[in-house]
Amino acid sequence: MHFDPVLLSRIQFAWVVAWHILLPAFTVGCASFIAVFEGLGLATGREVYVRNSIFWTKIFAIAFGMGVVTGLIMPFQFGTNWSRYASAAGDVLSPLFAYEGLTAFFLEAGFLGVLLFGRKLVPPWAHFFAAFMVAIGTLFSTFWILSANSWMQTPAGYEIVNGQFIPTDWIKVIFNPSFPYRLAHTAFAFFTTTGFVVLGVGAYLLRRNRSVLEARTMMSMALWALTFLVPLQMVIGDMHGLNTRKYQPAKLAAIESRWDTAKGVPLTVFAIPDDKAEQNKFAIEIPWLGSLILTHDLHGEVKGLKDFPADQRPPVAIPFFAFRAMVGCAGLMLGLVLLGGWLRWRGQLYDTRLYLLACQCAIPLGFIAVVAGWFVTEVGRQPWTVYGLLRTAASVTPSLTGHDVTLSLLAYMAVYLLIYPSGVILLARLVRKGPLESSEAATSIEAGIAAAPVLAPAINVVKGEV
Amino acid sequence: MTEVLDLVPIWTVILALAVFFYVLLDGFDLGVGMLFGLASDTRSRNTIMNSIAPIWDGNETWLVLGGLGLLAAFPTAFAVIIPAVYFPILVMLLALVFRGVAFEFRFRDAENKTFWDHAFCLGSATATFAQGVVLGAFVQGFPVRDGQFAGTSFAFLTPFSILTGVALMFGYGLLGAGWLILKTDGAIQAAARRQGRICLVGVVTAIAIVSIWTPIMSPAVAARWFSWPNIALFAPVPVLSGMIALGTWRSLGGKVEAAPFFGAIALFVLAYIGMAISLFPMIVPYQLTLWEAASSPRTQAFLLVGTLFLIPVILTYSSWSYWVFRGKVRADVGYH
Ligand code: HDD
Ligand code: HEM
Ligand code: HEM
Repeated sequence: MHFDPVLLSRIQFAWVVAWHILLPAFTVGCASFIAVFEGLGLATGREVYVRNSIFWTKIFAIAFGMGVVTGLIMPFQFGTNWSRYASAAGDVLSPLFAYEGLTAFFLEAGFLGVLLFGRKLVPPWAHFFAAFMVAIGTLFSTFWILSANSWMQTPAGYEIVNGQFIPTDWIKVIFNPSFPYRLAHTAFAFFTTTGFVVLGVGAYLLRRNRSVLEARTMMSMALWALTFLVPLQMVIGDMHGLNTRKYQPAKLAAIESRWDTAKGVPLTVFAIPDDKAEQNKFAIEIPWLGSLILTHDLHGEVKGLKDFPADQRPPVAIPFFAFRAMVGCAGLMLGLVLLGGWLRWRGQLYDTRLYLLACQCAIPLGFIAVVAGWFVTEVGRQPWTVYGLLRTAASVTPSLTGHDVTLSLLAYMAVYLLIYPSGVILLARLVRKGPLESSEAATSIEAGIAAAPVLAPAINVVKGEV
Repeated sequence: MTEVLDLVPIWTVILALAVFFYVLLDGFDLGVGMLFGLASDTRSRNTIMNSIAPIWDGNETWLVLGGLGLLAAFPTAFAVIIPAVYFPILVMLLALVFRGVAFEFRFRDAENKTFWDHAFCLGSATATFAQGVVLGAFVQGFPVRDGQFAGTSFAFLTPFSILTGVALMFGYGLLGAGWLILKTDGAIQAAARRQGRICLVGVVTAIAIVSIWTPIMSPAVAARWFSWPNIALFAPVPVLSGMIALGTWRSLGGKVEAAPFFGAIALFVLAYIGMAISLFPMIVPYQLTLWEAASSPRTQAFLLVGTLFLIPVILTYSSWSYWVFRGKVRADVGYH
């Protein structure tokens, strides 16, 4: 068997980044959510907010820790496996990564300690401030990393000198054409993902009759947020698609599995794309709808893959199916949100057991949509790392052999398959306890030094009664 | 943009400082991780872990900055060095994964606590060893062709790089012992003092061997060290190191709590400076100079503006975090 270092490096990158993204997908939203709880607790002094904050902070701590260590692996991938990409695009991209470190990672790390362990060591407002800073940090992180990724999709503000990308205009580099859409769509995706986790955990606790007050607060807040987030996310997704049509037409053709350029194209709901024969098998199509969605015009023209040389087309099946998975998730989400709104209006939200069960089952929806969406984006960019300019095959480290990468890939697989299930089990255990039980147990905690009042309940601390 | 100013020296200093900060900060917390494995009971292990739990994440962030700073200021060097140490980097990253998740996992996973304890201690030790190997491979130098690493992925593994790997374990162990002496008291502190002495012996021995071996291995370094007037200028370095080592030895046996930690830092500073003056102006030893590997002036300028502004801000709030957790730790007011 032939071990191809390019293919293996691609699999390795996909493996480590897909696991990594699952954690920011939750922690970015969760950090903001905790900051809101802290703020509400500070403003109203109501214990329910404080208990929720303590509960979610614990869950956050585990997810964030895993996010940090899996994230640490990411920038080194650029060096270990994509060194030619690193030296070709380093001049343009590396300041964006470095600014992510300087503005985001340090901010998160600097205030995380106080958020997790400092509740009794600093005044309540300072604790809220720490929560706020961590939340801001995660959003800065999202900003920079998506700017870098978007530049790889739609490069701008550069010139090419001796095979290297040299920046000419930083504003154009950072705010490249696909960046605003990708940033908005991803940030909304993260908040949505967290929203469904909170909703599902609340529903679970209600089904078990645990921490009822806290669980209701969770569900109520999450549902309100999702009522805005989900429909808006669909609109942003549509705009993102229009942007892709403009700047990456081959990717769009792959998403739609469209081979021939035509006007008034149908929407392909299902098909088995065949790259070799350049056609779809078993296609189920809805006439006109494709053009309507993609061009907002019944007769709009949509480019087909045959317009591009075969060596400049992305693989079709992965973007095609991943896109349908993402949009399918969006549909389910919308259904749940609408149903929830209706039940709330009827005053039955918290005791319709079937709905609670559905919310609980919906916890993974956001994660699935996020990973599916990223597979659309990244596989659809192929065969380029920098779209239209630098081929993936020309990006890989020249010194690597297939055996080297096989070895490292197996190591990454083994470790992630051990760490992630462990993490999920521990998170599930925390969830099962619920905010009430865990905050009772949490009273003797959270301080790093002996001088702090050891047994004063955290609640009193927040109220300023200590 | 016109090239009025050569930013390469500024970036050299910034990067050198970032890497050094990383070595000190993660050095002591990796060292604490190794010593954690030597503690006899759960209670002292809890205390030891709590002494770094609120700050380890910030310390590790310097590694990200070091890596990304290298990529940003000297992309060609990044593209040569990182592939050359493909496997030590892999091992280091995976070890850091185990060690990093162990902080949370061991407190949440009572049944498997022993497993996560081992993950924490062995992860710290492995990551340290791997970093030492990277250092050794770096000092040895790499073959370069067309701005890319031209060797094989296992060339890093030599007796010299294994020696530097072991040396760094003693070094971080010493820093860790210094930290524990500061943050704990009683039996844990006493143990740290004993362990600190063992590490100190290891460090001094290793520095001595490396100092003899390096000029034998590399004619370039030998020429730099033993030519006149360098030999007179560098002569104080070993003398000073010896004096600091002696002082640290004595403070480890005494009552003072801060001196061992600062003694360990001083040893690191000297070793680091020694290495820097041996290799300057090479960033990929014996192949690429800082200027040859540098990114475009526009890249360096763009990043410099923010860096000069942000580093003081980062140092301010990071110090605040250290300040909040000042003083001794105790096991019973532990983690969650
Ligand atoms: C909760 C998650 C979530 C949901 C509900 C949706 N998406 Fe999405 N989508 C993402 C999460 C996501 C993502 C993971 O965040 C991606 C990957 C890269 C990006 O920018 O966002 C993405 C990418 C992505 C792309 C690829 C753009 C490109 O790479 O050029 C398109 C065209 C859409 N989305 C469109 C939609 C539409 C029309 C949706 C609803 C009907 C939708 N998305 C729902
Ligand atoms: C859309 C993609 C990504 C997003 C939104 C994202 C966001 C984040 C966030 C919010 C964190 C903080 C930890 C957490 O919340 O779990 C984090 C950690 C990290 N990410 Fe990612 N990330 C993405 C992909 C990447 C990639 C491709 C890289 C490689 C350059 C990377 C490098 C890192 C690093 C180094 C950390 C650790 C930071 C630390 O030490 O504190 N991330 N990421
Ligand atoms: C966080 C969510 C992300 C996911 C799930 C993801 C997924 C993937 C996948 C599946 C591939 C392999 C594509 C293929 O070879 O067919 C890939 C490649 C790659 N992605 Fe991403 N990606 C993400 C974010 C990013 C970001 C933020 C960056 C850079 C800033 C990035 C940079 C790259 C690079 C350099 C490659 C390797 C070359 C290539 O195969 O194109 N990715 N990614």
